[in-house]
Amino acid sequence: MIQESQQIIKNGLWSNNPALVQLLGLCPLLAVSNTFINGLGLGIATTMVLAGSNGSVSLIRNFIPKEIRIPIFVMMIASFVTNISLLMNAYTYDLFLTLGIFIPLIVTNCAIIGRAESFASKNKFLPSLLDGLMQGLGFTAVLCLLGAARELVGQGTLFYGAEQLFGEWAKSLTLSFYLTDSKFLFAILPPGAFVFLGLIIAWKNSIDAKSEKIKKASKQQSVEQTSEVLLHE
Amino acid sequence: MILSSPFAKKPNSVTAVMLWVIAASLPGLAALIYFFGIGVLINISIASITALATEALILRIRKRPISATLMDGSALLTAWLIGLALPPLLPWWMTILGTSFAIVFAKQVYGGLGNNLFNPAMVAYVLLLISFPVEMTAWIPPAELAGQTLSFADTFSYIFTGTSSQGYDINSIRQGVDGFTMATPLDHVKTELSQGYRTQEIKAHEMMTGLSGIGWQWVNLGFLFGGVILLFRKVAAWQIPAGVLLGILGMSLILNVLNPDAYLSPTFHWFAGATMMGAFFIATDPVTASTTKKGRWLFGLGIGIITVLIRTFGGYPDAIAFAVLLMNMTVPMLDYYTQPRTYGHAKTKGVSNE
Repeated sequence: MIQESQQIIKNGLWSNNPALVQLLGLCPLLAVSNTFINGLGLGIATTMVLAGSNGSVSLIRNFIPKEIRIPIFVMMIASFVTNISLLMNAYTYDLFLTLGIFIPLIVTNCAIIGRAESFASKNKFLPSLLDGLMQGLGFTAVLCLLGAARELVGQGTLFYGAEQLFGEWAKSLTLSFYLTDSKFLFAILPPGAFVFLGLIIAWKNSIDAKSEKIKKASKQQSVEQTSEVLLHE
Repeated sequence: MILSSPFAKKPNSVTAVMLWVIAASLPGLAALIYFFGIGVLINISIASITALATEALILRIRKRPISATLMDGSALLTAWLIGLALPPLLPWWMTILGTSFAIVFAKQVYGGLGNNLFNPAMVAYVLLLISFPVEMTAWIPPAELAGQTLSFADTFSYIFTGTSSQGYDINSIRQGVDGFTMATPLDHVKTELSQGYRTQEIKAHEMMTGLSGIGWQWVNLGFLFGGVILLFRKVAAWQIPAGVLLGILGMSLILNVLNPDAYLSPTFHWFAGATMMGAFFIATDPVTASTTKKGRWLFGLGIGIITVLIRTFGGYPDAIAFAVLLMNMTVPMLDYYTQPRTYGHAKTKGVSNE
């Protein structure tokens, strides 16, 4: 059980990350990740929907007729999105306005329906819930990283608009690194998102390749050691 | 003349091609310097140093031979074209930013010369244009209209500090004698059309005299002259510039015949903005253009048509860079569907004869 959970956590955050490996949900990922706070806001919303839909799909997985499972998943996801959207409208109204159409569009985020189809409809409640949460957190992490990078390069700030998510006190959280008359619009517009996402994916792949190499080397070493031991004997 | 064998000809080496392109752009460069001042030379120098340094750095990281690759001249040519395309008084760091982005993200990330999908010089131009639209459209008026020529010291000072030695900023020299800010002819046409003027009225403005306005027509004629040399040297495939010019001619002729009041004539489109430089020096890049005869025609025609469409209906005054990048994307498909029939083999549709 613990091993299984560890595997789920590792999959969601790293080895099967929805944004970096599955490359799902690119539309919101690329469109709203222009600041850290926008990325975090959409990430949290997506995570909540993902955990909710994964959990509830898993609960009723044995009663869903196979032929019409996709419409049922979509309806369940849509009702969660409606809840989130109303909650954001009530508590983080400014962020709700900033994210705009991308909140209702969470319904069509293929990362969510993908998890419902490939994991929740085949697994028990608790693992499904955990999987939804971890996939969501993995997605959020990438959104935040992308948002931070684009914000920093584009307009020289970090945590701009934090008050939209955390309330008035958070205004002082905004860090300003440099001021410029002409923003670097490329980083803020969608093409910048593509380039930065590409860089993050390359960075992840290079880490994976490096750890693979180390693993291989240590395996080689252990083989040599054993053969040496065998020779000595 | 009767020649004796052997008839084998030495193909152009990569370095020779690059140097020929640079040499052939000299007439256009001379016209740019004459009308817009020495700034373009400073831009080219900044871009060249940046390109060579960035290329060397990336090659070092990629553990590839450095001096041999730098000597092929491709990075230098990219920098040269960027320098020719940028406005003469662009702040220095924008040139550096665009050039290094072109070398790293448009060229080396794909695997270096020969593997890149997009024209690096145009990637740099578009990056800067969408990032800094104000600075990138701040062309100074041609010397004859401005009534003054910028000294080398002033040009240098504008590029590196943003103001002249007397403390004027760039907007003050962009104004004509009447105090209105001067735009490029293409920019001017766009604004005036949106205010309801007819093309005849717009063309009455002093900057619009000649084929496409003072200065610009000579820049374009210069690039046309150099471009024809390239065609004769067989450095560039003639189908591409022919396609571009034909595409522009066809599209603008249709619009012009439909409503001459609202759409400009083909001759204006031919000699305005970056048309000739784009047709002969940018689109003909052998790496990012199509490689078959039919493909080259389609590639050129596409660039011409898209250019006129964006110039007329789009948000930007000129469109050569966008058109080239858009058509770069279609090149794999063009090459795939236009493979010629191999001699002695039946016609195969859509399959390369490998």
